[in-house]
Amino acid sequence: MTALRLHRALTRIWASDPGWKGWFTTVNHTDLGRMFLTVAVFFFVVGGILAMLIRAQLASPRSAFVGPDIYNQLFTMHGTLMMFLFAIPLFEGFAVYLLPKLLGTRDLAFPRLTAYGFWCYVFGGSMLIFSMLAGIAPDSGWFMYPPLSSTLGAPGINSDFWLIGITFVEISAIAAAVEITVTVLRYRAPRMRLGQMPIFAWYALVTAVMILTGFPPLILGSILLELERAFGLPFFQVADGGDALLWQHLFWLFGHPEVYIIFLPAAGAISTILPVMARTRLMGYGWIVAAAVSLGVLSFGLWVHHMFTTGIPHMGLAFFSAASTLVAVPTAVQIFAWIGTMWRGSPQLHLPMLWILGFFVTFVIGGLTGVMVAVVPFDWQVHDTYFIVAHLHYVLIGGFVFPMVGALYYWLPHFIGRKSYFKLGYTAFWLVFAGFHGTFLLLHWAGLLGMRRRIDTYEAGQGWEAINLLASISSFVMAIGFALVIIDIVVNAVVSVRGSRNPWNGGTLEWAMPTPAAAYNFASLPRVGSRDPLYDDPDLPVRIARGEGYLGDADRGRRETLSVDVSTGAPRYITVFPGNTALPITMSAVTGLFFLGLLIKVYWLVPIAAVGVTALALRWVWSLGARQVEGALPVGRGESLPTSSEVSDPPGWWGSLFLLLANGTFFGSLLFGYAFLWTIAPNWPPPAWVEPGPAVAVLALAGAGLALLAVQVRDPVRTVLSVGGLGALVAACVLVLGLASDPTAHAYDATLWVLLCYALLHLALALLMTAVVWTRRRAGIVSARLGGEGRIVALWTRYAVAVTFIGLVVTGAPGLVP
Amino acid sequence: MWWVLLAGASLIFLFVMALVAVAWRSPARPAAEERPFVVGLGLAFPLVVLAALLAYGLVVGERLLPRPGPEVVTVRAEASQWRWRFGYEDAPGLETEGVLHIPAARPIDVEITTTDVVHSFWVPRLAGKLDAMPGHVNVLRIEADAPGEYGGLSAEYNGPGYVQHGFVVVAHGPDEWRAFIEGETP
Repeated sequence: MTALRLHRALTRIWASDPGWKGWFTTVNHTDLGRMFLTVAVFFFVVGGILAMLIRAQLASPRSAFVGPDIYNQLFTMHGTLMMFLFAIPLFEGFAVYLLPKLLGTRDLAFPRLTAYGFWCYVFGGSMLIFSMLAGIAPDSGWFMYPPLSSTLGAPGINSDFWLIGITFVEISAIAAAVEITVTVLRYRAPRMRLGQMPIFAWYALVTAVMILTGFPPLILGSILLELERAFGLPFFQVADGGDALLWQHLFWLFGHPEVYIIFLPAAGAISTILPVMARTRLMGYGWIVAAAVSLGVLSFGLWVHHMFTTGIPHMGLAFFSAASTLVAVPTAVQIFAWIGTMWRGSPQLHLPMLWILGFFVTFVIGGLTGVMVAVVPFDWQVHDTYFIVAHLHYVLIGGFVFPMVGALYYWLPHFIGRKSYFKLGYTAFWLVFAGFHGTFLLLHWAGLLGMRRRIDTYEAGQGWEAINLLASISSFVMAIGFALVIIDIVVNAVVSVRGSRNPWNGGTLEWAMPTPAAAYNFASLPRVGSRDPLYDDPDLPVRIARGEGYLGDADRGRRETLSVDVSTGAPRYITVFPGNTALPITMSAVTGLFFLGLLIKVYWLVPIAAVGVTALALRWVWSLGARQVEGALPVGRGESLPTSSEVSDPPGWWGSLFLLLANGTFFGSLLFGYAFLWTIAPNWPPPAWVEPGPAVAVLALAGAGLALLAVQVRDPVRTVLSVGGLGALVAACVLVLGLASDPTAHAYDATLWVLLCYALLHLALALLMTAVVWTRRRAGIVSARLGGEGRIVALWTRYAVAVTFIGLVVTGAPGLVP
Repeated sequence: MWWVLLAGASLIFLFVMALVAVAWRSPARPAAEERPFVVGLGLAFPLVVLAALLAYGLVVGERLLPRPGPEVVTVRAEASQWRWRFGYEDAPGLETEGVLHIPAARPIDVEITTTDVVHSFWVPRLAGKLDAMPGHVNVLRIEADAPGEYGGLSAEYNGPGYVQHGFVVVAHGPDEWRAFIEGETP
């Protein structure tokens, strides 16, 4: 078969639907990556406009441009949009678009999940935009400290938009993170070992695992605060055994890793682009991987440095101060490895490189002021002043936006398949760079002069006028610069001529395909033996196009790719991907109804939407799986492999594993909250503990034993034991809930209800999954009969048993001890 | 303290930028070793600087801690939206609003709390800030060297009245302070 005929055959199989319909039914990562990036840039523009309004207000003392009501919405929404709707989705967009191409595979592990996440992001973001247009946007600051953000300080619907909208959007972050993790571990070019992955894949892996462990505390906090606001469960109300400090812990437990979740992808882009620009290879690959991993780990140890002024004991402060300064070490390792790479090569000043140089200047300053605020006595002075505002903008704009704009320019020829003319881009860079430093270098000084953040106006005569006026003017210069970047990119996308493949002479696999990328990425999957395959084997693209790698034909007429061994990259099985479908967008719309019902307090809508989501999920699952055993199929190069239906660790098992990692972190955060309230909050112990009798203990032990035994044996005994065991656990939970007081009485009762409802939800899920697999087995579906579906259910059953048992013990045991 | 930090930071910044410039200008050295960059500059250099900085910060911080002593005067600060109320251990029943009276040249422990949302007590010229948390009492040590008036602010965003939410600290000489405590308006 010739390369062209192969291209046509594969395109027929992989292409999205034509026309506008394709936007809503596509599950292709190239399309969805571009859509993610476009929507993220849209939110950047909106957030930028809010920033301009803020600077317009602060340009002069006693400004009457907007009142405090509007101003409080402006800064809250600016922070919220930039963090949740711009920075994280922009990373997701890059990862969704690039990862399969860098790794040499045809799509992400779960294509429909990519689409579902994207639409959740769009619908959730729309909720927040709507609140802003209606003038009822959140106004309690982007970190939403209760009681100010709770019913006491914010009785309106404003805070609900934040709590519900952001939780909805976070579905997309969790979905993308599961997907990225499984893709990096299992979907690479055959024989690409972990140590041979493009460096960006390492960064994406670390970032994704951090999202899985960093976001659950925030999601938990949002749910608890919303429960307090909507139903009066007093988690953060001190009079009833709650504590406002709990929110700050949960928030910053997320919030600090978040900073590195934002920085690491940018560092990944730099580590990819810099060596190409310097015409050499990256220095210290192993060191950089180690630095990224240790940044990920360390970042979870420093959340308290946002709370130095909350009255934490001094020993605690010393520990967190040390951890906060320590985090500078892996950052320094990366910075100096990059400088070493430039030293080794001969860098050229292309536009992407210019943005990276801008990063060096800005980020080093931001890092140094960061070390300053890690020093506790200094932080006591500058905390919550413009010094912090300036510091965080140096880190986030210098450390994320600059490199990401560089990355946008670097991969622009790939996105649009055209040669780029970058004349406007240079002007834009200098406007942004000068404007940025003109704004924020000065604002450090305003902070040292005592200007607090979040004030909507100030009096003349404190020496702040000149600083603020200059900062405002500079910020408009920066905004014009960013507008030019966007115009530049749009103009390039529309008018430039078709360009050559691999214009920068990069060494990674994304440049081994024609651009714009074909829907199937690679006509055949290359065997890879080094970190820069294109440098070592310049003819590789031609052989890929001719179908000389794995899966180099379209004979089976379906979307296929290879799953490989985690560490060695040896091919393991064929994954068959689903085709175009409107199921993801429908399911996220119904998910949106669920959140909308909560938001506008139309509670009858909530269970209906929940049933709808469950029905759609069942349909989603039902469409998977072959009915005939195919055995080993030829994959090219003389090898044969089974499909994912017939193996014991299908993609769904890996996806479940990492979803349970996030879920377990959520449950762990809930236990942490319980322990925190018990030990720290005033007004503990509660008026009465629940005192479960021996019946509950017997049911719990017997149920857990039966359910755990069930997953060890074969059907039909397995199904019977499983249903019996899980049913007994459900009964135990219901009994305890019957004994418990009203959840609004005390934070203990509220926690008990949340823990046991969480357990009940997982028991129901395990029962449902057991029933589904039983039905599928009866229907003769291969993956249920021979494959790994039983193991997936076993995983979820074990998890449900564990959380139920722990939940029952921690809520019931205190009442048994005299 | 600020000047030490600024000088150190500027030196490091210039050093890194000089390295970038040199790396940029230098000819290609394909055989360049990674050890001096990664281990020397990346690991050893920040570890030394940070250890010094941390020790310095802890020593300074230790001095700011509240320690019991015969001289210590205890006052109470209670924040609410958008008022500050102050009470005095030496004069039970005495309460002032918007103005905190303290004796000059004596260590003061301010017991900070709140009746509603989170606030923060900050007198920039006397000490750093400390938050007022619902249900908790945080103790801040302040000391005014000389009698006079010192501006105080709420430094944690607390809603629409945030901008105006301030107070004044008045530091008195020994005689005036005694008069204040004994109920005569100074």
